[in-house]
Amino acid sequence: MALSKIRSDSLEDTAIHGNRNLTINGAMQIFQRATAATAATGYSTADRWWIGETTDGAYTSEKSTDNPFETGSSLKLQVTTADTSLGTTQVARFFQRIEGQNLQHLLYGTSSAKTLTLSFWVKSNKTGTYSILLRKVDTTPYHFIHSYTISNANTWEKKVITITPTAGSTSFITASAGTIDNDNDYGFELAFNLAQGSQYAIGTSNTWSSDTNTYGLNGQVNWMDSTSNNFYLTEVQLEVGSEPTPFEHEDYSTTLRKCQRYYFRTTGSSTGYGNLATVSRIGNTLYRGIVEFPVTMRSRPSFSSSGSFQTLDSGFTFSSISGGDGASFDSHGVQVTMTSNGSAGQSTLLRQAADASAALIYDAEL
Amino acid sequence: MDITQAQYTNVLGTDVKASVKATIDGQVMYVPLDLFNRHYAEILRQVEAGELTIEEAD
Repeated sequence: MALSKIRSDSLEDTAIHGNRNLTINGAMQIFQRATAATAATGYSTADRWWIGETTDGAYTSEKSTDNPFETGSSLKLQVTTADTSLGTTQVARFFQRIEGQNLQHLLYGTSSAKTLTLSFWVKSNKTGTYSILLRKVDTTPYHFIHSYTISNANTWEKKVITITPTAGSTSFITASAGTIDNDNDYGFELAFNLAQGSQYAIGTSNTWSSDTNTYGLNGQVNWMDSTSNNFYLTEVQLEVGSEPTPFEHEDYSTTLRKCQRYYFRTTGSSTGYGNLATVSRIGNTLYRGIVEFPVTMRSRPSFSSSGSFQTLDSGFTFSSISGGDGASFDSHGVQVTMTSNGSAGQSTLLRQAADASAALIYDAEL
Repeated sequence: MDITQAQYTNVLGTDVKASVKATIDGQVMYVPLDLFNRHYAEILRQVEAGELTIEEAD
């Protein structure tokens, strides 16, 4: 039967459209760097999620198969060194930063600023009151704090938090200082607070604040206080609207591509001899090649390498690998330079040297 | 971000600054001169604070 009429509600904001989730990798599927890491602070495991702490304790992060639906994955954090008495400026938190140009439809900085809804699934052995922070950084920084309670130990619970632009009877977000820059720097930082020292645990739930020390909730738990403590998180979704919609499940490749805008590492081969780039001699001992990125990266990326490499032709002597001379540092590709002793005009392959984990790494994270 | 060494690299055959070769958190990285790159932004912050000096290119 031919379609004679398009239902009007399918075109309106009341319908559930795709690409709603402002966060990336909310289902904790993509772990390009590593599936587990010890106490390192920074981008170490789950793509797009910065994980760290400044306490006297430590915690690990890893990809877990434990999740509310027993079909996906989650981010698991585990305290390995406890800190039962936080210093005033010590914190434990993890966050995701969101590009400002992806937030323009929120109309922040105008009286039409949109209400947002954050939803997520969480589980921990440690019950009590936790908090999230939404930090708007451009123009004038404003911090939004909201509490949530883990009621039952070791039980998955879904949490929903509504973030109105005037929360706490404020007008920060609807005034011009609430504007988010339309650029490739970050406009939001969405953080999950695990522990906050007294200097930063000063927030009031469901309130925007202009005090940039407001990173945590006054009275929240200190999750770092025992090596028994764990924390699981998955299906994080931040979306426009005052009600949560079902979590937007993406196919793996879609989420991977989104993550690779910020971080990309060559995957090579499980044989340990994966080809990484074709390189040609351009100087006495210099060879260069192009590594095309899967997607345009957010900014010109930093380059590093990890592991052992060689050239395919054993007559060449591989010496070093570097990030090129910089003329090639753009967001579409980068040149790899190595030292060798081939003949003029000669080409060869740069490949892994019996090292399946050897990789070229490009980092444009926020 | 722990940065223990920093040195400019030049575009091959020129004196044009191309990147900063830096050891960041124990990893050698080539950092483009891009203010939107978080590593370069941190290098500039540490230079401004007097905590880091960028050596000229060889």
